[in-house]
Amino acid sequence: MDVERTKLRGLSPLEEPRSPEELRVRQLKARDMLRGDLEGADLDRYVESRVLTTTLERAQNWARGNSLFPATFGLACCAIEMMSMVSARYDTARFGAEVFRASPRQADMLILSGRVSIKMAPVIRRIYDQMLEPKWVISMGACSSSGGMFANYAVVQGADKFLPVDIHVPGCPPRPEALIYGILKLQRKIFGEPDLGWRRRYEAYGTEEEERPSKAGPLPIERVGATPAAGIVEGRGPAPTEAELHTAPTHPELTGHEAEDAFEEAAEDERVRPSRPPSGWGGDA
Amino acid sequence: MPDAPGLELIAHEINGRHQGAVVGSTYEHGQAALLADKDRIREVLAHLRDSPGHEYRALTSLHAADYLPAEPRFAVHYELLNMARVERLRVKALVPDGGDGTMPELDSVVDLFPTADFQEREVYDFFGIHFRGHPDMRRILMPEDYVGHPQRRDFPVGGEPVIFTNTEDSVPGWTK
Repeated sequence: MDVERTKLRGLSPLEEPRSPEELRVRQLKARDMLRGDLEGADLDRYVESRVLTTTLERAQNWARGNSLFPATFGLACCAIEMMSMVSARYDTARFGAEVFRASPRQADMLILSGRVSIKMAPVIRRIYDQMLEPKWVISMGACSSSGGMFANYAVVQGADKFLPVDIHVPGCPPRPEALIYGILKLQRKIFGEPDLGWRRRYEAYGTEEEERPSKAGPLPIERVGATPAAGIVEGRGPAPTEAELHTAPTHPELTGHEAEDAFEEAAEDERVRPSRPPSGWGGDA
Repeated sequence: MPDAPGLELIAHEINGRHQGAVVGSTYEHGQAALLADKDRIREVLAHLRDSPGHEYRALTSLHAADYLPAEPRFAVHYELLNMARVERLRVKALVPDGGDGTMPELDSVVDLFPTADFQEREVYDFFGIHFRGHPDMRRILMPEDYVGHPQRRDFPVGGEPVIFTNTEDSVPGWTK
């Protein structure tokens, strides 16, 4: 089928009909389609208007970011704020992060809500290791981020000494709104559009520890039998060796539209197959 | 709580039965304390627990203090309570440092007061005072592989130096 490629904005079937007549037209079209009376260009247009296209990665990230399951794990007084975060007053269910799972096997977000004592650190590390990929960590409050007021022999001076932390939420303790704000920041990171924070302020782009995905998300496309044209589609093949990482120039960043175009260009080619899925954004240990 | 003359009477009575077991007494801020010879602490506590007229049957707390640079350096405090009279008495065992890297030692009172079990472990954990005859002398709060006894006054506080604008001259390795 020759698919007509139009921008889908404004064509969503979920959009409210603007008038009763329009609703009637829609209903009749749907009836025709079900009867098999719709043919040719009409059928194409009908299908097109009811299908949303995107990349698998984006859909995946969208689903992941909007269904964060935190582990039921409180460390100290911050845990009180963490608990009230799911209450009706603050209601993090609005952002899909309200299901505190009782097992780390079912959770994908760990909130370090309190000071981490040196005796607790190996326990937290084990819980983190038991969580399935992809997984994210929010360090909540001053204590788990830096030791806070506990500058002593018993408390780890910053939880990122023993596990990768994605978001640091300041406060002592942070209010539930602050934690929800941290979760929203984490969502943006999961969607592949991380806030750059101080890097934006000091124009320190490109100094991230992790490779920044392009706006359209990772594009696992490569052409069979031909090397991809440079600068069009940056296929993510096998992971580069460490030496390559240090010597290779940074990948040319594709803005959203360029990447979309590149994707469509590649999709029109029949000889296209997706490569292996890229390593996810949410850091591995 | 016995008053100051009562405390002297108690000290005199114990010294009459156990010569030299009580080395002194202090009465400050309305609180009475007997200073006991560390090697005879069991005699003192057993006497206070069992003899008629005293009957301090409860040990409400056992803890230690490091008085560095004073000598003897440590003291183990026993807080006794007579529940019938609601009367409290503190007994301090003065414990000098072991010297030459050895641990200061003291007799355990677990068989007299079973509650002393965990509290003596805590004192061992944080002050490094070994209790002879304790059934299970090991750390209770700090990790088992921890090195040092962190509540001693010569133990570093820990934490990490943080540079503020008012401390940037004093933090080593940091220049303006």
